[in-house]
Amino acid sequence: MTTVDAGLGPTDTPTEPRPWLRLGLVAVIGMAMLYGAFFLYQIAQPLFGAILLAVATGFVVIFGANRFYGARFIFPGVAAVLVFIAFPVAYTIWLGFTNYSSFNLLSYERTIEVLTSRGTVDPDTEQPFAVARDGDGYRIWLPESELLSEPVLLTAEEETVTLAPGAVPLELLSPRDAIALRSGLQSLTLTTPDEIDLRNAGLRSFASVTPDFVRSGENELTRSSDGLKLIANHETGFFETPDGEAVPPGWRVGVGFDNFERIFESKGVRGPMLSIFLWTFAFAGLSVLGVFTVGLTLAVILQWEHLRFKTLYRILLILPYAVPGFISILVFRGLFNQNFGEINLILDALFGLRPSWFTDGNLARTMILFVNIWLGYPYMMLLAMGFLQAVPQDHKKAAALEGASSLRVFFTITLPQIIPPFLPLLIAAFAFNFNNLVLILLLTRGGPDIPGTVIPAGETDILASFTYRLAFQDSGQQFGLAGAITLLIFLVVAAISYANFVAMRRAAAKRSGR
Amino acid sequence: MIVERPRDLRLKKIAAHGFMIAFLALILFPFFMIVSISFREGNFATGSLWPENPTLEHWYLAFGLDYTRADGTVVSPPYPVLLWMWNSIKIGLIASVGVLALSTISAYAFSRIRIRGKQGMLDGLFLIQMFPTTLALVAIFAIFDALGEVSPALGINSHAALILVYLSQITLHIWTIKGYFDSVDTALDKAAEIDGASPWQTFRYIFLPLAVPIMAVVFVLTFIGVINDYPIASVLIRSEDQMTLAVGSRLYLNEFKYLWGDFAAAAILSGLPITVVFLIAQRYLVSGLSEGAVKG
Repeated sequence: MTTVDAGLGPTDTPTEPRPWLRLGLVAVIGMAMLYGAFFLYQIAQPLFGAILLAVATGFVVIFGANRFYGARFIFPGVAAVLVFIAFPVAYTIWLGFTNYSSFNLLSYERTIEVLTSRGTVDPDTEQPFAVARDGDGYRIWLPESELLSEPVLLTAEEETVTLAPGAVPLELLSPRDAIALRSGLQSLTLTTPDEIDLRNAGLRSFASVTPDFVRSGENELTRSSDGLKLIANHETGFFETPDGEAVPPGWRVGVGFDNFERIFESKGVRGPMLSIFLWTFAFAGLSVLGVFTVGLTLAVILQWEHLRFKTLYRILLILPYAVPGFISILVFRGLFNQNFGEINLILDALFGLRPSWFTDGNLARTMILFVNIWLGYPYMMLLAMGFLQAVPQDHKKAAALEGASSLRVFFTITLPQIIPPFLPLLIAAFAFNFNNLVLILLLTRGGPDIPGTVIPAGETDILASFTYRLAFQDSGQQFGLAGAITLLIFLVVAAISYANFVAMRRAAAKRSGR
Repeated sequence: MIVERPRDLRLKKIAAHGFMIAFLALILFPFFMIVSISFREGNFATGSLWPENPTLEHWYLAFGLDYTRADGTVVSPPYPVLLWMWNSIKIGLIASVGVLALSTISAYAFSRIRIRGKQGMLDGLFLIQMFPTTLALVAIFAIFDALGEVSPALGINSHAALILVYLSQITLHIWTIKGYFDSVDTALDKAAEIDGASPWQTFRYIFLPLAVPIMAVVFVLTFIGVINDYPIASVLIRSEDQMTLAVGSRLYLNEFKYLWGDFAAAAILSGLPITVVFLIAQRYLVSGLSEGAVKG
């Protein structure tokens, strides 16, 4: 392959008409990105800041210096792959080594903020309030004690104003408008003439609020109710009392291989994991086998020279492929519905059967395979039609003249010739189904549940949907554990991916060798 | 199969057509059913497969219109289907344009520009493209949760976040378009070079016009891929008015609020345009697909 040589030096670089325009643009965009990175760093997102900084540096160097002319074409794609794929993948794996979950959701600083902003309301001082407009700002009116505040702006910043006896303001905002000012009200402290501080204690009232926790040291909070000192435990990600009681919420900390230990050692996790692991392979393997067999059979029939209405058949046969997948899957979900579904209606009328498609594990698996083959066979059929055309006719003719039956011709001449180019696509289909989240999530959500497990795991769950459920459904957002399982999936996918790579290389070598 | 007797041939023909018709009846059954259900009264199976008292109620609701029943009760649409459709189309178009721009230029670079470490990058790309984005869902959620604190426009429940995630589809398509560029005769760029064209001009005036067919394929494939996504959108989108079709449609078949009839009409309404586009483009799509992408 001859290529345009553009990466070697200024002599090869074409002269451009307005270099200053490009340099100016690069400078402006570069500065903007640098400012963005600095901003991200300032608001405690150093990781994103670092990524933006790296992208900015790459951008300025590659688009600023002439010797990297060739790299300018590659930069956008490579940057996108790194930022949108490599980074999330690495981040997921890293999360697998943390205790990130609904209990340990926040950063350390946010945890302290949440804990110190909690307070106990003194019911004796609790009283309703109203907000009155006053020029650009507002005044707070407490009708029970007939106190009116100084004007306040009600921005989200902390404000303290004094209250003084006053008359009812004329223009009181409606309760709905007052609720809209909630964030300003929450950061407001009103001081009564008796020097009691009142804070917003709910949507409708102000009261004297004693904070539950006060920060008393670098890694220490004091609980107001009993004066106990809570020490931050950076191993577990919780503030703990001297006798080890953890006070939620916690923050995210690294926990090493704890998540992996849970997967391999905890019985309640290991059991369902193993069955899900096996089903994932069975599901992907049987799906590929099914779509390949059905697709190839149909392709062979469609290729038959004596068959009429080929175009019509072809269009009708690829219909399942043309309809958006999520719609077809949901349609099947409805049709298979045990009580209201049309499939059971027909089966009941014909044979008196009402199979429980969603509560029986094996039936649910059968249903999933059926739906997946329905969805996937047209693609294989279309591919097979292409590959079948490439098989030389004279080979088949020669075999037929020797007296071989058409079946024999197919299995000894045709099949061996189309398998090698098909192989990479079959492997890719396997990898696709291995992570076929859409199908499982929309059809069964992994159900029916495997009985007696500590974590929600279903009979039809594949690894990917199991991870999804751990992270985003009804089980305490166990992001850390989900990340750890994802790492295991990565390893499998990497192996499949490598196998595909090898198969692809072989197919390519064969083609060029021919 | 080559030399055949007429009687055998007729039998074979009957068998082939018989098989095809039986198979098609099985395969197309859901389509007949869903059309019938969309005209049937109520939201549950009634014991008959054909609607006895056909009604347009579900269709009114799917189009977002109130429907007045014969007894005078007014039914309001349960969900904003047209809004969801608009969300899906908007996100799909923007993401597809982004993917197309990024992958075309990268494919040109990988096919034609000589740069150190290209083979390594290509191999890496091939391995990475097998990893579906859905595997990094946990990280994607965490990242956009954090970015949401910077600006809600980039956080959970924003379309911008969703579009950014969908840009990750480029890996697949760099591969598809590169295969196409590789098949372009190198004499063309040689000639351009002799005439004094810079690589950018070669790309802009020679390769880009040549690539229009494959770009159309990539555009449609990306668009369909985005429309069909459920996992990412379900994690990133929370509120009903921001939902895409795939996320929203699932609400219809909730166990506690089962709207089978309404779903049928909404499904046909939203599925039909995409199906038609796909059928028109299918001949071109298949060639693009066999280059590396997999749908089902």
